[in-house]
Amino acid sequence: MPFRKPGNVGAFALIGAIVVLLVGAFGWAAGWIGPRRISGGDVTRALEYNGGGKKPGYRRAHAKGLCFTGSFTANGAGSALSSASLLQPGRYPVIGRFSMAGGNPLASDGRNVFHSMALVLKSPDGQEWRLAMDHTPFFPVADIASFIALQRASKPDPATGKPDSAVMKPFLAAHPEVKAFQDYMAKAVLPGSFATATYYSINAFRFTDGNDVTRFVRWQFEPEASGSGLDKKHLEQLPRDYLFSEMIARTAKGPSRWHLKLVVAKPADVTDKATIAWAGPHRTIDAGTLAIDAVQSEESGACRDVNFDPTILPPGIALSDDPLLAARSKAYSSSFTRRALEGPHPSAVGQDLAKERAR
Amino acid sequence: MSRPSPDFHPALRAIHWLMAAAVLAMLFIGVGMVSTTGSAYVSLLALHRPLGIAILLLVLVRLPLRIMTGAPALPDDLPLLQKRAALASHILLYLAMAGMPLIGWAMLSAGGYPVLLTKGIVLPAILPRDLALYATLRAAHTAAALLFFALILAHLSAALMHGLIRRDGVLRSMTVGHRRAHVAPDQHLADD
Repeated sequence: MPFRKPGNVGAFALIGAIVVLLVGAFGWAAGWIGPRRISGGDVTRALEYNGGGKKPGYRRAHAKGLCFTGSFTANGAGSALSSASLLQPGRYPVIGRFSMAGGNPLASDGRNVFHSMALVLKSPDGQEWRLAMDHTPFFPVADIASFIALQRASKPDPATGKPDSAVMKPFLAAHPEVKAFQDYMAKAVLPGSFATATYYSINAFRFTDGNDVTRFVRWQFEPEASGSGLDKKHLEQLPRDYLFSEMIARTAKGPSRWHLKLVVAKPADVTDKATIAWAGPHRTIDAGTLAIDAVQSEESGACRDVNFDPTILPPGIALSDDPLLAARSKAYSSSFTRRALEGPHPSAVGQDLAKERAR
Repeated sequence: MSRPSPDFHPALRAIHWLMAAAVLAMLFIGVGMVSTTGSAYVSLLALHRPLGIAILLLVLVRLPLRIMTGAPALPDDLPLLQKRAALASHILLYLAMAGMPLIGWAMLSAGGYPVLLTKGIVLPAILPRDLALYATLRAAHTAAALLFFALILAHLSAALMHGLIRRDGVLRSMTVGHRRAHVAPDQHLADD
């Protein structure tokens, strides 16, 4: 047999070396060996840690939500910035979700945290635009490592409900952008209704028009309705689902509307850091009106099983160099896969509706 | 199945090596992208979908070509068990090549994601939105990818054993081919 030839030792060694090399390269690509990288699981674990444990079946962030449906009527003005068919004149169906920040699906609405709106816009030609927005014009952190560190540092002590200052103080000293955000949140109006809040894109995006000119754009949905903010001194006195119940009652009376304002960056604006607001007047285009005419619990609505991944964009809109965008996409995906495996669980609004029906 | 020539059809050899590169790249892209929240996640994902569909299209060309042109017979002195293992592993390789893109496409469909190939080209969903199904397919996609990589390592090792140790012309039948279909046996060995 040729196997016993002495020359074969070298051949066997060569084959073994090739296999070892390939396995090693594969392990490196997969991140099993080599420098440590931040995975989607690191983000979901940090969020679970901050929330005092895993809440199986729910989004790892913005766990408490309400579905809605409506339409976006584009007036065509947005095509000055982007060739996206969803900005061409027309009326496009919308599904979406209002939510409150945090990983607790049954948390009280009386918290000074993000009020958020997420949307899926679809055009008849199959284009899709997913948006996930908060009620603040900027974000506490600029990158995912800081986001994880913030979740770890700001974990509330079960006894006091406040973060451990021995951990939080040095964190804030190292992250002045988080301190700036906290100072803003302390002073800013906390919207008294989901319908009276402005929702911001958080990150900048690249808009490319029909002439292949690309500009950096942030956007915001500005409400037609106005109203006073929540009394931040007495937040703990609000009913658990105050904001959600208010939105359900409001929508029963009539639709709520927002204007999509596209804000074009000036040359000096920072486009890759969500922590920095764009100051001063900007060229702004009113691209159309969002109307929300029906709300549904997550049990009956269409939003629960949607990953509102802000990197799902129509042609004519693309990502900026903001590193938070890729991180949001991966982290949302990791959260989505985890809750898909765990199966759906009841929502706060669904619980309320079930109680009402039982009465 | 059997083919009179000692070599695979030249078109099949070309498509084999093209797919070898594509599939290996795809497996590395796949495990790489899911490991990171960095900007590579988005760029690798944008490569992953069109490359996966390209692999599916290639296997749709390759499988009929393989069935029509056949494979050269394995050496007579190869033990029956090894012949059977060769057949089984090749069936599994074809299953993986066609199955991985299909699972990926089905998984995105069940997850309610648009199956975006490139700017403006979106494939239709092949399954209704169903999160439980998404979860199963997502896990299957990873498991099948790891098994596929192991299968490729086994396939590569076996091919190199044929080429470097047995020197029986099996590796050559998928690479440069034999000089002539009817060479003398002595010359045949020397060529290897």
